[in-house]
Amino acid sequence: MFLVSLAWRSLRARFTISLLTVSSIALSVALLIGIEHLRVGVRESFAGTIRGTDLIVGARGGTTQVLLSTVFGMATPSGSISWDTYERWKAHPAVAWTIPYSLGDSHRGFRVIGTTEEFFTRYRFRDQSVTFASGRAPSTDREVAIGHEVAQRLGYALGAEVVLAHGIAEVSFAEHEVHPFTVVGIIARTSTPIDRALYVTLAGLTEMHAAEQERGGGLMMGPPSEHAHDEAPITAFLLGTKNRFETLQLQREMNEDRTEPLTAIIPGVALAQLWDVVGNAEQALRLVSLFTLLVGLLGMCVALYASLESRRREMAVLRAIGAGPRSIVALLVSESALLALSGAVLGVLLVYVGLAVAAGPVEARYGFALGVSGLARTEWIFLGMVVFAGTLVGLVPAWKAYRSSLADGLSVKV
Amino acid sequence: MTEPAVSLQEVRFAYRGGAPVLDIPNLHVARGERLFLHGPSGSGKTTLLGLIAGVLSPTAGRVQVLGSDLGAMGSAERDRFRAAHVGYVFQMFNLIPYLSVRENITLPARLSKPRRARLGGAEPNAEAARLAAGLEIDARLDAPISELSVGQQQRVAVARALIGAPELIVCDEPTSALDADRRDRFLELLFASVAAAGSTLVFVSHDLALAERFGRTVALGQVNRASRVVAA
Repeated sequence: MFLVSLAWRSLRARFTISLLTVSSIALSVALLIGIEHLRVGVRESFAGTIRGTDLIVGARGGTTQVLLSTVFGMATPSGSISWDTYERWKAHPAVAWTIPYSLGDSHRGFRVIGTTEEFFTRYRFRDQSVTFASGRAPSTDREVAIGHEVAQRLGYALGAEVVLAHGIAEVSFAEHEVHPFTVVGIIARTSTPIDRALYVTLAGLTEMHAAEQERGGGLMMGPPSEHAHDEAPITAFLLGTKNRFETLQLQREMNEDRTEPLTAIIPGVALAQLWDVVGNAEQALRLVSLFTLLVGLLGMCVALYASLESRRREMAVLRAIGAGPRSIVALLVSESALLALSGAVLGVLLVYVGLAVAAGPVEARYGFALGVSGLARTEWIFLGMVVFAGTLVGLVPAWKAYRSSLADGLSVKV
Repeated sequence: MTEPAVSLQEVRFAYRGGAPVLDIPNLHVARGERLFLHGPSGSGKTTLLGLIAGVLSPTAGRVQVLGSDLGAMGSAERDRFRAAHVGYVFQMFNLIPYLSVRENITLPARLSKPRRARLGGAEPNAEAARLAAGLEIDARLDAPISELSVGQQQRVAVARALIGAPELIVCDEPTSALDADRRDRFLELLFASVAAAGSTLVFVSHDLALAERFGRTVALGQVNRASRVVAA
């Protein structure tokens, strides 16, 4: 303990160089832990985009296409599924629930999705269901619920009248021709693509198309039938099975069904496949942060080693008045351990301050949650590695200090 | 207890690759003796002290301190032996700059168990205070080293050498930076402290004016054959 206090005093005496060394380690640690936090945050946001759904079913197409066009609201869907087919699968004995998902036009850059009450009760992301910041789910064909970002960016509040059909807002038309929707719900922030979409009922979506068709005239496919909203094809549907073990069997059945060619994907598997593509960047990030740490430790080694040159005399004096080899090693190793430890603690502190400051803006801007959680196991392992490596680094100057002869150190002229 | 405090037999020393600096057929220092060793600068005085304190190892010959053969010890063992039995006052004082006066004085007692044992149960801090009082630096016990005058630093170095009353005290030109008045006062304090501790004193200086105050005076040139060879 005496040696540790001696090490502490000695470090304090060389305050500037110690501070610089600690700062460089702290920055490396902050980068390493910060990137790790970011990486986990991004991956969990990504993997947590959809939970609890056993299969996503779309028209025959690629796995990624089905995933992107539904869960992520990106890319064009592979086609549509007839209402009959949907009804048929909905009645399948293995199926517990379904969420129809029908993609409408976009409204000022945000997608409009037609769905049912099921979406608000069954859909899960990161083990949460969709909740409302205010209002409720749409129940008639003139009601719309909007995502958090939509509300923020377009400034829509409850009760606002919104004209959803494509292009209509810009061109003036008689009131009765357009189909205005009333905002009845604003969905609480999910940090998933839900934030960037508007949700209407299936009937509402059909009405919206009908309004557009009436206006477009020439391209009309005939007057909308009375039961249009019941029979209109949908883009895709999500389903949950009664027994999860039946998922694979059901998936095969759907993919092989000849009545209407479908692609059924398991969200977890599809997400993992997609992540494999994106995930390479993750490894690169990790590598960069590891190298940063290496540079930080090397910097510490250089600082200790350089300080040793000016402390040869101090070391020699300590030896001359009774510090044995073990004490000298213990002294220098305590110094480097103290530096590494303070660097690690300061680095973690930096990360948390950074997270506290950045979490809000990052979530708002990039749509993923940076949980200010405790340190994960890997992060503890990283910290352990930093302190361990830092301590080991101290052995180098310690070994050098003891090897250089005592008389040599004592005769250094100041 | 009949062995001499220091005994050198046929000791030769040369720095690596260089000409021999020391060639001493015989040198003994009795226990309790106050030996003044003088010689011009560069005559090998510090080297001789280095050999006696086990900081250097002779090229040939035998160095015995308090009856123990330093040549038979490993370097770590020599470090331990020195810490336990020898107080060394360096020419450059070699105080640890970031420690206070008190901490510098108690350092040997904290680093070496045998040295602490020699305090006979006294608290290192109390012992430091006692030594500091004898050397008239007790008012500065908590001061950082950098705030002390050269004369005060010298006395701190002496107090550090004396703590735990080691059998042998070696001093390397400790008065070189002092004026005559302060030098005399310093020697008085040193002698009193050494006498109180019952230690043997080997004191090296080029300043022959100090010789009369010591029990025995040896000119390094007389005992060192190497210097005669160089001179001839």
